[in-house]
Formats: sequence, C-alpha cells, structure tokens
Amino acid sequence: MRLAYQFAMESDKVRADGIEATEFPELAERYNVFAVPRTIINGEAFVEGALPEDFFLDAILQKLRPRTGN
Amino acid sequence: MGLLRDSDVEEIRERLAGIPNPVKLVHFTQELNLEYGRETRQLLEELTQISDKLSLETCNFQTDKDKAAEYAVDKVPATVIRNGKDYGIRFFGLPAGYEFGSLLDGIITVSKGDSGLNPHSREKLAQLDQPLHLQVFTTPT
Repeated sequence: MRLAYQFAMESDKVRADGIEATEFPELAERYNVFAVPRTIINGEAFVEGALPEDFFLDAILQKLRPRTGN
Repeated sequence: MGLLRDSDVEEIRERLAGIPNPVKLVHFTQELNLEYGRETRQLLEELTQISDKLSLETCNFQTDKDKAAEYAVDKVPATVIRNGKDYGIRFFGLPAGYEFGSLLDGIITVSKGDSGLNPHSREKLAQLDQPLHLQVFTTPT
C-alpha cells in the first residue's frame, strides 16, 4: 500500500486506492482476491504480493505495456 | 471509550512528530446500513486530534454527491489523504491493524510532499503515458 501511495504522490497520472477486502466482498470477489496484498491495475491486470519498490513498479508497468503498444 | 489506546496515541504522536506540512483527511461516510462507517469516523477523529498538522472534513456520501464525484469516491467508508493538492490517494474501509500503519505512511508521504521513491522509479513514472489506477486489496491482519 505504501508504495502505491508513493507512486500516486510522484505522478499525477497515478491514483492509488487502498481497499479493505473484507468490507467490500463483492469487489474482492470481482477481482479474485483470495490472498493479500493483491494490486489490481486499471481494473484488469494484477500483481500479487508485497514486492520491493523496483520489482513492484516494473511488474505494474509490464502489465501496462501491451495496452500502450510500446 | 476511544478506539486508540494510550500506548497507540503515544506511538502515533512519535511517528507524526516531524511531519512538516498540514494534511487534510476528507472522510466520506454513510451511517445507515454501514457496519464500519461509524467506527472509521471515530478512529479518524481520534487520529486527527493527535497532531495539529492534521485536519478532518467529514462528508455524507448520500448528500454530498458532487464532492464524492470530485474525489471519485464510489463506495464508503472512504478516506482521501490530501494537502493543498489531491494526489489521488484513498483508503476504502476501516483502516485498522496493519492498515492503520499504511494510513499513517500515506499521511507522512503527503505531508512531506515528496514520494521518497528512488531515482529509477521517479524516471519510470515520469514516462508514464496513460492513467494508472491501482487498487491495493489488503486485510487488517
């Protein structure tokens, strides 16, 4: 969560929501949240687990690349 | 009775001691049919009393619809962490246990006005060419 907040702080393009999974069970079910932390990227892709800064950001950006065509 | 114990308050006071700038928490609640709404509001009230750098604005999710739309708040309880600027940092639900630490991290980051990320991350994020919405699901334990 901390890293997602830091990413939002750094870039105006980033929004970061922390979501308490047990309070929003329908949303958690929609995104197949069985283990936490689970980070959903633009409502589609996901990254599982707590990763170090570089790995976490790379994992997120890799999921974005196909959409940008880069 | 308070949700935060005296020992919690002391620890929070220490963590927030050095924060440089004011931070505003904008809280959206809907007291009816909401198990955790009242508790979240009380927790935030207790938290914002600990530091004079923190302030709390409480909005009603049902009646303050314009504000909810402005903050892209589509569910409650919701808490926006901001200063003069809204950075897109939100927490949905009751920030208890481990998540309370995340809320504090968010507050400290916003107060500093700097992400604290390493130069590589800053560079990569500067090149971002599309909106990125991260939804991080967690649990209190």
